[in-house]
Amino acid sequence: MNMSSSKKWLALAGVLCGAIAAALAYFGNPANMAFCIACFIRDTAGALGLQTTATVQYARPEIIGLVLGAFAISVATKEYRSTAGSSPAIRFVLGIIIVIGSLVFLGCPLRMVIRMSAGDLNAWVALIGFAGGVATGVVALKKGFTLGRAHVTNRMAGGVLPVLMLGILALLIFVPSILKFSETGPGSMHAPLVLSLVGGLLFGAFAQKSRMCFAGSLRDVFLMKNFDLLCVIAGLFVVMLIYNIAMGNFKLAFDTPGVIAHSEHLWNILGMYTVGFAAVLAGGCPLRQLILAGQGSSDSAFTVAGMFIGAALAHNFGLAASATAVNAETGEVVAGAVPFYGKVAVIICIIACFIIAFGNKRSEGK
Amino acid sequence: MKTVDARGLSCPEPIMLTDQALKESNEQVKVLVTEPHQKMNVEKLAKSKGLSYTSNETEDGFEVIIR
Repeated sequence: MNMSSSKKWLALAGVLCGAIAAALAYFGNPANMAFCIACFIRDTAGALGLQTTATVQYARPEIIGLVLGAFAISVATKEYRSTAGSSPAIRFVLGIIIVIGSLVFLGCPLRMVIRMSAGDLNAWVALIGFAGGVATGVVALKKGFTLGRAHVTNRMAGGVLPVLMLGILALLIFVPSILKFSETGPGSMHAPLVLSLVGGLLFGAFAQKSRMCFAGSLRDVFLMKNFDLLCVIAGLFVVMLIYNIAMGNFKLAFDTPGVIAHSEHLWNILGMYTVGFAAVLAGGCPLRQLILAGQGSSDSAFTVAGMFIGAALAHNFGLAASATAVNAETGEVVAGAVPFYGKVAVIICIIACFIIAFGNKRSEGK
Repeated sequence: MKTVDARGLSCPEPIMLTDQALKESNEQVKVLVTEPHQKMNVEKLAKSKGLSYTSNETEDGFEVIIR
């Protein structure tokens, strides 16, 4: 079975991944987060002590499972290729940028779609920015943007990130006391470890076979009028929509306390603009970076490392947005907001994207 | 025969370079790629243009010959 060969299989892969995300939300993951890559990398960075926000620390087995699932399926289907050398330092910076943009919006592209399926209008607003960012990246591609060639390298190099993920899993199972665990907040909400791990492994395998990519799906529509990858996202959206309606989670609104979102429209748009732009330059969204790293790309492993550092910076420097919430004492709704430094960081990230996008031309990379 | 060396390039560069080469000439185009999904994407592009193709595995990836 080749999942990337027909729209039917691609949509089915999206449906299966949506079902996994819904199941994990049902069994304990934060409802509207379900399977957010940026949030879960941020939580894992917190568990490792890279950032110290007490409410977002948990070594998410989903992240470990995604990388290991992609690794296992790519080895089994002979798609594992150990490659490296395509501007790793720039990819590291793009990883930082992707996560800062995500944490200003409060979610990666996957969570944006999950939030859209729950009726969160802030996510629909952010989609405008995301599409704009992808479109800007497409303009750069048409102008000859490239990060240069990766080269096949020794087989062990591509296995480094999977082994590191295995190491985090070993700590989580055998010496959990060495890691940090949130007692309250989103980090304290999680499905049982085994379910999260199995869910991550399956999601990783399906995502690897279907080439699921949130930035790639729009990029291919803009660039080539190709809707293949969009079928995967549509499948996932439909399943999450059905789940949210069935569970009574669907609320068509802007101010939604408990959802972990804010209604600063400009910054929702600019946050996801940053993510869309940087993801096209890096060759894929946060999910795709984990999958590519799992199937042997050291360059994507650098992007993943950048995402961990970006998450640490976003929380240590107070760049991440706060969510709209209800004050427990007064019962009043307190609007979530993007901190001043978060806004400055997003603008710096957008400038950095433009420099990278129009400063790396194909003629130089030969 | 025109050769597009897209080995090691990130998506969607192999497709863009192939598309450009097909537009620029009417001769056969040989595309070299590293990853299996890139080979498939090049094949899909050929198919969408109504062109025939043959694919082979090479030492460091794949070659797709179009037309």
